[in-house]
Amino acid sequence: MSTDNKFSMGHIRPAPESFLDRDLIADVSANGVNSTRRGLLRGALAGALAAVAAQATARPDDPAIVEPAPWSTRLGNPVLTNPYGQPSRFESATIRRQSPGLTQTDEASVSFTPLQSTFGMITPSGLHFERHHQGWVDIDPRQHRLMINGLVDTPMVFTMEDLMRMPSVSRMHFIECGANTALEWGNSAVPTVQYTHGMLSCSEFTGVPLSLLLERAGFDLKRATVLLAEGADGSSMTRTINIENALDDAMVAYGMNGEMLRPEQGYPLRLVVPGAQGVSWVKWLRRIEVGDAPYATKDETIHYVDLMPDGQLRQYTSIQEAKSVITSPSGGQRLMNQGYYNVSGLAWSGRGTVTKVEVSTDGGRHWQTARLEGPVLPKALTRFNFDWTWNGEAALLQSRVTDSTGYIQPSKPELKAVRGTRSIYHNNAIQTWRVMPSGEVENVQLG
Amino acid sequence: MSNWVKAMALSSALVACGAMAGSTDVDAIAGIGREATPNEIKAWDIDVRPDFQGLPPGQGSVEEGESIWLEKCAVCHGDFGDSNEIFSPLVLGNITAEDIETGRVASLTDPGVVRTTLMKVSTVSTLWDYIYRAMPWNAPKSLAPDEVYALVAYLLQLAYVVDYDFSLSDENIEDVQAIMPNRNGVTTDHGLWSVDGETDVMGSDCTSNCVVPLEVTSSIPDYAMNAHGNLKDQMRDYGPFPGIQTAPENAPVDVDVDPVTADRAVPEAALQSNGCLGCHRLDSKLVGPSFAAIAEKYAGQPDAADYLASKIRQGGSGVWGSIAMPPMPQLAPEAVDEITDWLVAR
Ligand code: HEC
Ligand code: HEC
Repeated sequence: MSTDNKFSMGHIRPAPESFLDRDLIADVSANGVNSTRRGLLRGALAGALAAVAAQATARPDDPAIVEPAPWSTRLGNPVLTNPYGQPSRFESATIRRQSPGLTQTDEASVSFTPLQSTFGMITPSGLHFERHHQGWVDIDPRQHRLMINGLVDTPMVFTMEDLMRMPSVSRMHFIECGANTALEWGNSAVPTVQYTHGMLSCSEFTGVPLSLLLERAGFDLKRATVLLAEGADGSSMTRTINIENALDDAMVAYGMNGEMLRPEQGYPLRLVVPGAQGVSWVKWLRRIEVGDAPYATKDETIHYVDLMPDGQLRQYTSIQEAKSVITSPSGGQRLMNQGYYNVSGLAWSGRGTVTKVEVSTDGGRHWQTARLEGPVLPKALTRFNFDWTWNGEAALLQSRVTDSTGYIQPSKPELKAVRGTRSIYHNNAIQTWRVMPSGEVENVQLG
Repeated sequence: MSNWVKAMALSSALVACGAMAGSTDVDAIAGIGREATPNEIKAWDIDVRPDFQGLPPGQGSVEEGESIWLEKCAVCHGDFGDSNEIFSPLVLGNITAEDIETGRVASLTDPGVVRTTLMKVSTVSTLWDYIYRAMPWNAPKSLAPDEVYALVAYLLQLAYVVDYDFSLSDENIEDVQAIMPNRNGVTTDHGLWSVDGETDVMGSDCTSNCVVPLEVTSSIPDYAMNAHGNLKDQMRDYGPFPGIQTAPENAPVDVDVDPVTADRAVPEAALQSNGCLGCHRLDSKLVGPSFAAIAEKYAGQPDAADYLASKIRQGGSGVWGSIAMPPMPQLAPEAVDEITDWLVAR
């Protein structure tokens, strides 16, 4: 009985391909859907729906089954063909990409994670977004040093050997650039979730708790209020870190997803500041200074300051508040036929854990609770899934997260009412994807 | 009391607990790591705080700053810091006497005005610290403190904060802070500094028949759908969600044959270690022309190798535009030969 219900959602309806002219299928897979093809497709689908029962028995055999496939009838490749494994050659669409015109150079620039094509909560290391200010460097770990100075009893120097010898912790955390979704404050500006939300990744990081290193140097408990973190690259990126939060869960990390950090992510050492925006996670970390007043560095005074409608710049805005987005279906994709879809997305909060994600298919008039996939961890991406049967009509897909502090993700109008449209940073509003009757999905804003 | 001050007061209290909570006894790792030497600290501890802690003594005039600027900075930022070629404009002349008086740059509220560095920066230490650590972009940490004083003075003069005959030093920099145009333009009164901060925006918990705006007020116009490339190629092409074809159909396929790299191995080490890649790329324009374009221009010219070698050493402008390549007399002859051989070999 229950299985009947499950399958009545359209699950076992024959694939639409069966009703399409072979030439049209080839044409659509090679060239996509244009308006002419869309018309043909629509006609074919209408016919298909009427013909479901009749055709089910007369279906031609699938050559993928009845013809022997080359991979089933040959000797495969030897081990170590790729000593460091690579994705399948059929996965070439799943790569980081730049947003044309966003930055004037490629060294002070961003590449975005293809969120539309990833699964689960972990971002593969090779797809982790990049944000550099002065290019990336590949530092010889034997030459790398970490210094801790400032308000400490003993200013210290640690080598990589020292750090990797110490007690280690491994934790999964998201990292999001403060400027993620920055282009979307005013209007819909970019077509896919890669560009709207792709300055976002989640990895397992391994390293030494920062609190332990600070204790080792004997930091001044009474006077210390902040830390300065500094990188070893050309930009020597510096950021003021909240010491209270840092003592709680920050770490000096060398490992990422089971291997050493990638150079683009700060090899051999980076700061991990869970919940804080990416720029605070200083890469190629060479120094931590314990201080009693904030440092007003370039990237917390001229940039990464949030412009409010009254012209004031909010300074030291580090925390990434709760946010969620549907990653499939999402902008630039299309649904091929009506019926069941697994709507999937990501939710996260810099203040704690995700406690609930709701999905709306009518632009926010009605909301239903989505399934959270475990593990649900603090300050980590959480994957959610939602059953949806598309009836072929226009739909407005949205997701809304609630976190462990009770915070509920705001809509765009709610966020803009307080923060205006020129703040650049910390746009955590609800994203809307419009599904057109043609099946095409696009990035829209409601007002 | 602002959230910032609250957070600061709170932190001293919590520090104690946080430190105690560490599960490993710090004594266990007592032998790991060593004390830093004073010279090591001096070499790396170069930050300058808003209260000028860390500022080395020195001085530099606007006039000196102007000539260093033209030699080392103008190539990317423009003669007057107004270029948008390599980075956003540093200064555009829209700071008023009234802004300097109030310490709030009024035009920050005007969406029609480009937000420049000098309009936003509230603390002069920020400029000093950043230029010293990170500029020039292609040769960071190559400036002496006096040069940094001069360059900051020049930028302040471009923003009408000081006069042309001004000289900036560690003695008068505090006076300059008192007239920074946007010194009162920042606030720390918000909840985003601390994990436990309070939010200023909250979403709704309505779940049915919610009253929400449903009109689509913004979407990507058809003509812009392909601005990020063909979306069909950016999605998995066999799953439930293939990509939309946004490129014009039957568009010629872009065969990217690079005449330079196709023929010979790129002398990457020489280009990298001599800083060429700060201004040149293999196949697209940066500050200077692409190496592919250079190779193409001089293809088949018998004296090209000699010409290019001397141009690389002596620098100059006019062949590709008004931007000059700086003279680089210090280059090793082997490196120059290796690069020019590669450029002319086709
Ligand atoms: C090769 C090109 C290049 C040269 C030469 C150069 N800069 Fe820059 N400069 C940049 C880029 C790119 C950035 C932005 C870096 C980033 O994104 O963090 C920048 C940023 C800056 C900033 C901060 C602006 C802001 O709003 O963040 C200042 C100030 C600055 N440069 C001053 C100088 C001075 C002074 C010199 C000469 C000593 C100089 N620059 C030389 C490319 C250059
Ligand atoms: C600070 C920026 C900068 C750096 C660093 C730089 N270049 Fe250039 N280069 C330029 C500019 C600008 C031009 C265009 C000059 C012109 O129009 O005459 C140029 C032109 C050239 C040309 C073509 C000359 C001509 O007359 O057609 C060559 C070859 C060249 N550069 C090689 C190099 C090499 C090799 C290096 C490293 C050793 C280097 N450049 C470093 C900015 C730079």
